[in-house]
Amino acid sequence: MPARRGILDLAQTILFVIVLVLVPLCLYVVFAVVPTESRMGVVQRIFYFHVPSAICAFLGVGVCAGASALYLWKRDRRFDLLAHAGAELAVVFCSIVLISGPIWARPVWGVWWTGEARLTSTLVLWLIFVGYLVLRGSADNPDQAARWGAVVAIVGALDVPIIYKSVAWWRGLHPRVLKATGGQGLDPTMERALMLCMLTFVLLFTYLIIQRCRLGRLQDDVQALVHAARRGSLPAART
Amino acid sequence: MSYFRTVLLVAAKDLRTELRSREQIVTLLFFALLVLVVFNFAFDFTIIDFVSLGGGILWVAFIFSGVLALGRSFQIEREQDRIQGILMAPVDRSAFYLGKVCATFLFMAAVEAVLVPVTVILFNFPFGPRVGAALLVLVLNTLGFAAVGTLFAAITTQTRRGELLLPLLLFPAAVPLALSAVRSTSHILAGRPFDRYSSWIALSGAYDLIFLTTAILLFDYVLDE
Repeated sequence: MPARRGILDLAQTILFVIVLVLVPLCLYVVFAVVPTESRMGVVQRIFYFHVPSAICAFLGVGVCAGASALYLWKRDRRFDLLAHAGAELAVVFCSIVLISGPIWARPVWGVWWTGEARLTSTLVLWLIFVGYLVLRGSADNPDQAARWGAVVAIVGALDVPIIYKSVAWWRGLHPRVLKATGGQGLDPTMERALMLCMLTFVLLFTYLIIQRCRLGRLQDDVQALVHAARRGSLPAART
Repeated sequence: MSYFRTVLLVAAKDLRTELRSREQIVTLLFFALLVLVVFNFAFDFTIIDFVSLGGGILWVAFIFSGVLALGRSFQIEREQDRIQGILMAPVDRSAFYLGKVCATFLFMAAVEAVLVPVTVILFNFPFGPRVGAALLVLVLNTLGFAAVGTLFAAITTQTRRGELLLPLLLFPAAVPLALSAVRSTSHILAGRPFDRYSSWIALSGAYDLIFLTTAILLFDYVLDE
């Protein structure tokens, strides 16, 4: 055990250092290096945080759903910790997307919100995983929280593409505006800046998820100690 | 064969209990009617066209009373502490799940069977000749709602904040159904041809298939061991 923990610690420290370097670099590149977009102006720079956040939100959902399925199959506590961490990060990054999106949209599209497919399904995704977290908080014991959470996560993740399709049929996609910044002749500097930001966010996501899993493990350890203390079988303190 | 027998037994038990007391169905009906009445006051139908709003109004009434039906469906099991017996029965627990889905579906269907004629009268609106299509829309969407709702209700009724949690979990998950139901119903009310909303009906059918299967597979993990 100590050897394995040592390797994980080392990996985590390296990751932390990399992220510590990348984040200021990203900020510098986004605000000082990248040229201002011709049509939208300065507000377009939100794009470099908004898009990677969306990627991380979906990554969180994927991790949560996958870990949930693995938990139900293997009943290994570590998968449940991973699922919970994934859901929390999904909610955090999804919140960033939902806040930064309208801030960008208002000057560019003239409205805070449209009923468009991508926006609506992101909002519903956020609602599903907030529900996941509230459900876990309402469970009486960790086993219940794990099982119920897993069920909701799997149903939720399966539902997301269906929700997206149904809203797209209903409202139609906003083809031009969202694609215009993404595909159509993106300046190479902008493209490289976006790639840098994506890398930074994904590494940050990885670091955060490892941290959150370890925190969960520590919480479990504390709970075990509390139970042992109640039963009077606490291991003797080292002097 | 005992699997399907179990499903039918569970559904029949719920129906028989309800037929004797009649309390749940009356509550559901009146609640749904009240929702309709509120909408009657909420919008000025001399100005607003019922065709554009009718689908939404109907399905809001159905969904809200459906949530009540779902909550009650598991609450009664808990009150009598019948969950222990169910857990000990030597049948796959998903049979119990399907029985519950059937019962909930039938309760919601009963509400819909009353409400649609009432809507026709209250809002002065002919439902049109497309009865078959209307039935298909009602059946598919109610089934999907009952399927996902029963799975979530089995979970949320075990918590203290169950009444708040069930809508919180169910409404986002049921968005495709709500959209499909409202769009199809609106097209039917407007008398539009079937191929305008056939893809919505297909979506509902696919949703039902996917989530009934998923719920059958996952239901084992929902009830406490």
